Amino acid sequence: MTDNNQSLTAIFDKIWPGEADPNKINVGEYERIGSVIAGSVFFLYGVTRKGVIPKVLAPVGGYLLQRGLSGTCAIYEAFQVNTARQGGNADATVHANRAIKVKRAVTINKPAAELYRFWRNFENLPQIMDHLESVTVKDKDHSHWVAKGPAGTKVEWNAEIFREKENELIAWKSVEGATVPNAGTVQFTDLGQDRGTEVLVELDYEPPAGVIGAAFAKLFGEEPNIQVQEDLRHFKQKMEAGELPTTDGQPSGRES
Amino acid sequence: MRALCWFGKEDVRVETVPDPTILNPRDAIVKITTTAICGSDLHLYDGVIPTMEKGDILGHEFMGQIVEVGSDVKNLKTGDRVVVPFTIACGNCFFCRKGLWASCDNSNPNSWMLEKAYGYGGSALFGYSHMMGGYAGGQAEYARVPFADIGPIKVPDGLADEQVLFLSDIFPTGYQAAENAQIAQGDTVAIWGCGPVGQFAIQSAWMLGAGRVIAIDKVPERLELAATKGKAEIINSDMENVVEKLRSMTGGRGPDGCIDAVGLESTGHTPDALYDRVKMAMKLETDRPTALREVIQSCRKGGTVSIPGVYGGLLDKFPMGAAFGKGLTFKMGQTNMQNYLKPLLNRIVKGEIDPSFVITHRLGLEDAPAAYKTFRDKQDGCIKVVLKPQTATV
Repeated sequence: MTDNNQSLTAIFDKIWPGEADPNKINVGEYERIGSVIAGSVFFLYGVTRKGVIPKVLAPVGGYLLQRGLSGTCAIYEAFQVNTARQGGNADATVHANRAIKVKRAVTINKPAAELYRFWRNFENLPQIMDHLESVTVKDKDHSHWVAKGPAGTKVEWNAEIFREKENELIAWKSVEGATVPNAGTVQFTDLGQDRGTEVLVELDYEPPAGVIGAAFAKLFGEEPNIQVQEDLRHFKQKMEAGELPTTDGQPSGRES
Repeated sequence: MRALCWFGKEDVRVETVPDPTILNPRDAIVKITTTAICGSDLHLYDGVIPTMEKGDILGHEFMGQIVEVGSDVKNLKTGDRVVVPFTIACGNCFFCRKGLWASCDNSNPNSWMLEKAYGYGGSALFGYSHMMGGYAGGQAEYARVPFADIGPIKVPDGLADEQVLFLSDIFPTGYQAAENAQIAQGDTVAIWGCGPVGQFAIQSAWMLGAGRVIAIDKVPERLELAATKGKAEIINSDMENVVEKLRSMTGGRGPDGCIDAVGLESTGHTPDALYDRVKMAMKLETDRPTALREVIQSCRKGGTVSIPGVYGGLLDKFPMGAAFGKGLTFKMGQTNMQNYLKPLLNRIVKGEIDPSFVITHRLGLEDAPAAYKTFRDKQDGCIKVVLKPQTATV
């Protein structure tokens, strides 16, 4: 991006004072300028002409104008797309501009060491993560993961631990060549005073068909935030209650 | 086995369904000897509780004999006679450890549904909709009890089923209601609703040191039971203006503690009650808080409002101004059952109370559909129905 672009969007920010929080901006610089130009044309055409097409174009233009000026797009927001944070490290495991980011926490009434031990043996994870079929630990730092993909497919990759602090943190990433490049950390924080341990998971991954893949996944109810939240709930249930509560297989009048 | 299943509004049937089996290591299977219909089951019968599915087995007040235990249940064995509390709790989470068993983090497999509606979800219940866990209930010959090492309480052989059955819900619920009213020695306590929970709240208010207990209802036989068994002063809300009557009965001050043992399907003849019926029929409102409005209006300044009556959704015309203006304290929620099982069983063993006094109907499981209607319509003097699942009809 150039200084010119930046000063232009800075002017936009002044015209449209609605979005004060720069972290909420999810539309890139060029795209904002494009949105403002296209929006202005559509809007002016729409309001000055008669007919069905102008009637449709006017609100579309209005939306594009607002999106360009404010730098925020509700549709991007809904699908967790962000074109404002382009670029980054080309060698990264997961490319920031294409990545789906998930961050979820849960508090578990058990000591950090016990939780760490369970998680550190990755082979335990399919017990609490519905979408994992199996994990095979190959050596101290390397493991092979098999996950259930959409529509009965399987996704496999190799992962390595690249940072670790006993009872506190595990960070892993997929090694080169993974179909779904991914990286994640889990942190265990003792809250003290018998308040349990906070478990914070941060996960980045590149879905198979980029942003579209995640959008589809969301439509089919496999939204990653919700999935991770349910995984963490299962982790908590497993560690605290010793089992996952279920009603699968109980009787009902539906069978008769 | 035979089990009472829900199929829709005012449509419950006894069906033949598969027997329950152990699904988790902490499960147990109970052969049910006595079960009951709860006032809160009537909300299901009336179709006002969301996330019910056709074929769901109802019932959350039951007791019987253990016939099978999972590998992790060490404190119970086949043949033990137990009462099962209606809330399901894991015993190990933050909330269970604090004694807030009805807020258990781990017992509800459908917690996400409640989180959507309430922010955070509470414990699972037996036979009370899928957002409450979707567990099959106990108006059946057998039931699977999850976390059986935490919930069920063993009862001595010397006591009849009918004397201990209500430890499963309504006795502890009435007791927690009285405890939540924060009764100080000599306080005046007013109780709306003289159904079974109201009756046990009356008994419990006396146990906790109330000086006067005033019971409010419009069903004559329920008021009579409150007066005779409960030794309460009574107000018939069909005959009198409750707020004015309470004012004059309490020397112009109002009751110190007020208990709403009515809940979301309250009825009345005042304009606001009519308005609620219309809004509820049009699905613009989920709960009808007629009694609760009266409770708030009647309570003395700085008093405590205790709510054991069930609410599920959103209230309209909630007199927040009156509650704020008088500095009221509100205490409410599902019963933290496991706190009360032992102490209340001890009171029964010592003969301080015989909870069977609320029973008006004793029937077989096959009679249950008709009993729901009788109970809901408050016909035939019906206050409490108990069912014998091992007997077809009585």
